[in-house]
Amino acid sequence: MNDGNSITGVVIGINGNMVTVEVTSGKPMQNEVVYVHCGQDRLKSEIIRIQGNIVNVQVFEDTKGIKVGEPVDFSGELLSVELAPGLMGMIYDGLQNPLRKLNNRDGFFLVRGQYLPAVDLEKKWLFHPKVKPGDTVRAGSWLGWVQELHYPHMIMAPLDLIGTAKVKEIQPEAEYTVQDTVAVIEDTKGRTQNIAMLQTWPVKKPIKAFTERIYPRELLATGIRIIDTMFPVGRGGTACIPGPFGAGKTVLQQLVSRYASVDVVIVVACGERAGEVVDTIYEFPRLVDPKTGGALMDRTIIICNTSSMPVAAREASVYTGITLAEYYRQMGRDVLLLADSTSRWAQALREMSGRLEEIPGEEAFPAYLESRVANLYERAGLVQLRSGDMGAITMIGTVSPAGGNFEEPVTQATLKVVGAFLGLSRKRSDERKYPAIDPLDSWSLYMEHLHDDLNAQLDPNWVEMVQQIARYLRESAEVGRMMTVVGEEGISIDDLVTYLKGEMFDAAYLQQNAFDAVDASSSIERQIKDLKLMHRAVVTSFEFDTKPKARQFFANLQDAFYQKNYCALGSDEYASYQARIEELLASGSPA
Amino acid sequence: MIKTYTGITNIIGDIAELDATGVAFGELALITNPSGESTLAQVIRIDREKVSLQVFAGTKGLSTQATVRFMGHPMQVRFSDQLLGRVFTGSGAPMDGKPPLESAPAVEIAGPSVNPVRRVVPANFIETRIPMIDLFNPLVESQKLPIFSEAGEPFNELLARIGLQAKADIIIFGGIGLKFDEYIFFRRTFENGGVMDRTVMFVHTAADPVVERLLVPDLALACAEQFGIRGKRVLVLLTDMTAFADALKEISVAMEQVPSNLGFPGSLYSDLASRYEKAVDFQEAGSITVLAVTTMPGGDVTHPVPDNTGYITEGQYYLKNGVINPFGSLSRLKQLVIGKVTREDHNSVMNSMIRLYARALESKKKISMGFEKTETDEKYLQYGDLFEQRFMDLKVDIPLNQALDYGWQTMAECFSPQEVNIKRDILEKYWPKSTSEASAES
Repeated sequence: MNDGNSITGVVIGINGNMVTVEVTSGKPMQNEVVYVHCGQDRLKSEIIRIQGNIVNVQVFEDTKGIKVGEPVDFSGELLSVELAPGLMGMIYDGLQNPLRKLNNRDGFFLVRGQYLPAVDLEKKWLFHPKVKPGDTVRAGSWLGWVQELHYPHMIMAPLDLIGTAKVKEIQPEAEYTVQDTVAVIEDTKGRTQNIAMLQTWPVKKPIKAFTERIYPRELLATGIRIIDTMFPVGRGGTACIPGPFGAGKTVLQQLVSRYASVDVVIVVACGERAGEVVDTIYEFPRLVDPKTGGALMDRTIIICNTSSMPVAAREASVYTGITLAEYYRQMGRDVLLLADSTSRWAQALREMSGRLEEIPGEEAFPAYLESRVANLYERAGLVQLRSGDMGAITMIGTVSPAGGNFEEPVTQATLKVVGAFLGLSRKRSDERKYPAIDPLDSWSLYMEHLHDDLNAQLDPNWVEMVQQIARYLRESAEVGRMMTVVGEEGISIDDLVTYLKGEMFDAAYLQQNAFDAVDASSSIERQIKDLKLMHRAVVTSFEFDTKPKARQFFANLQDAFYQKNYCALGSDEYASYQARIEELLASGSPA
Repeated sequence: MIKTYTGITNIIGDIAELDATGVAFGELALITNPSGESTLAQVIRIDREKVSLQVFAGTKGLSTQATVRFMGHPMQVRFSDQLLGRVFTGSGAPMDGKPPLESAPAVEIAGPSVNPVRRVVPANFIETRIPMIDLFNPLVESQKLPIFSEAGEPFNELLARIGLQAKADIIIFGGIGLKFDEYIFFRRTFENGGVMDRTVMFVHTAADPVVERLLVPDLALACAEQFGIRGKRVLVLLTDMTAFADALKEISVAMEQVPSNLGFPGSLYSDLASRYEKAVDFQEAGSITVLAVTTMPGGDVTHPVPDNTGYITEGQYYLKNGVINPFGSLSRLKQLVIGKVTREDHNSVMNSMIRLYARALESKKKISMGFEKTETDEKYLQYGDLFEQRFMDLKVDIPLNQALDYGWQTMAECFSPQEVNIKRDILEKYWPKSTSEASAES
């Protein structure tokens, strides 16, 4: 690292949020954080290109008012986040400034050049040591823990520790602030280091203090039937949700953040509407997390860099989010990272690339778009920690393709690296079929990869059952297409029955009412039960003399399934609809 | 500290370049031609001594001998209550013959964003007396909503009418690339409607320099923000944001930026979003609601301007063939008010009426394709006609509750209660008694 004081520089050019700096002495480093002076303010920036003694920096703030000749301070550090107890339940901007505290101090508007510590430096935490003097530790080893809301928060040996070290001193159980020394370690060369609860980590570098990465081996229950049943996302896997505007990306993402069964949810609102975050900010403290019984906000961290905030900080916000996720994964937590929307993040890359006058790729996105997208999603994953515990980051990113066209570069680059594609369709959302995930176009690699796990964990025939229904759905869609040409009179009764089965599965299983207290989320236990019954209805062969009779029969059957969705599992109503379905199935199938 | 330079080195498009020092990014400059004419300009790029200025009045006839005086501050707007009733140009100069507001305090335009934690969840219904809006896609205070339309449609009439009927404390109008008669239309409408004394107009007409288009939304929204933090409920009307985006394109091409899509700059999304995001419901203060016209070139909603707008805004009103299309239109915030601030039957009436109308269109299509007309079709066709007459016609001007009653009546005239798919308790309470008996007998 550089000695921060030895480098000096001055501004020689300003173009939008890119400032060109001439280094007058010292050696800068790529991605180093610098502060550009603007009158009284010091604006946080990051070096993004070095050409001899000329460096380009992207400024994370509005650049209005910067003049040629203003001094630039070099920090000698990479863009980093602060990692310590106290992160949970916080609302940050893209650079980890706590927005509630900024509000208390600065009022209505975000004043530039104001940076606050990410966590409360005064607060005292009751530290419980886990190691003894003489113990050997490595990067990320748990030295002790404090209780952060509902979970123990592990205090770890420095995540950048190289090799092993010995614990020299460890503080007894007592209250400490995040900056107090709680342990002293000595590395193999005899150098000692004081360890506090607070450590920092450069956001663009993955935290890799674990033994190995492991392929996902179970599904992450989101409570959304079409995802969990048809296109499961592995715990520790990745998925993307592309969709045109108004197709319900945001509602879907909010539902997942609310109902997914995980320990920690990190929501990165990246270049989207502030209003969407406001909903979460007001709702989550009131909603209950079924896992801990505490408020949903207690398991959530919001990184909020909305569309009107400076674009360079938008680029940083996604990295801030994934780094916090990695930190909690090191504690053996099961983390869900939701990034909405990765397209806005890619656009931030594009804006900067344009200012750097790089040769543009498709739709003016930089040529490195694909590798950046890949690097980002690759930071997710299930890992085995050195302690033997497991930790996971599941990452779901939304994509906002221009014109709703999935052929565009960001969607394409994302599809290459994710494990599941949950494509929203304009047609389905126009027909008010929510969630508007297209059941014919979407895919999940986890269905095949987790074949044995799913069958072992859910039902011995689970995957086969789902695949069989999916085939009906496809055939049903084909009959539907045929009917638009030849009319209902042009198809056989058998074809009509296939069509009606597909429609029933779609309407009464795949679709879900986000605004209904019961139907909004469906537990895995319930999905197993519901799908088995639905599967029976779909594979049973029925015989009808006339088409109207077939239609009438399925109208009744579909209605019973549909009404059942609104009844709580285990309730009398649920049982009565189930009985009704059994009765219908018995009446309609040939003896 | 005010510095004056003489001589411009380069002129490219509406960008003028000169050598100067001590200039701040975004600073305002006054350029004066030897003939005495002057225009404002803004610093949009600095490269050592070379300063690029975006010239508001355009560079036509700009002399390389012109003097450039840097003002030491960025573009500002004078703010006071005396703005009300006034009309200004796209560069903030009075265009109503009255004196400028020189004594009023200056406020920077395009200021910082609102802290998201300072926003509250919007919850107030804005009644417009247009049933296609109030009943089917209600407007919510602090919402940002575009009217997606095409040349030749009555979007300006619609915008003006909402402005008049929305009962906002303050109306701020931003006209971008307006034809002169459109400007006169808006001004007359506000004057005749009796709202001019709580209206501020910023008007850029098609005859004015292109660069000034870029300033109109910022001027309008900066004023709105000032009224908003003083507790006023402000309605901002902007027309036409596509003209604004076209100006962005012109400037970015002159700046030799790499275009991303149809010549628009890669920053189009951020540029539009930073304006629309000014819509806000302040905690412990007022609010800003933004309604903007976006004309779709060739009626194409996937064109970059409507496409990016659709991602930014909280829904859209589709104005096509002179009516607000109930299917393409969407108010993303409607769930926040329907049945909560509006009447309990609102949600049921809205859903059933739309579903029935969709079915009516199917019947219509079926018959036009030569299929046989059934008795059921007859009912739906009758309903479809009544729906278009009583609700879709833009001339209809009724409050929401009357529209709801009218909705019940229309459904009852065409259908039996079993056919409308409405929850029993609501149905029993609201289904018109006399007609239901009459239809039961028939």
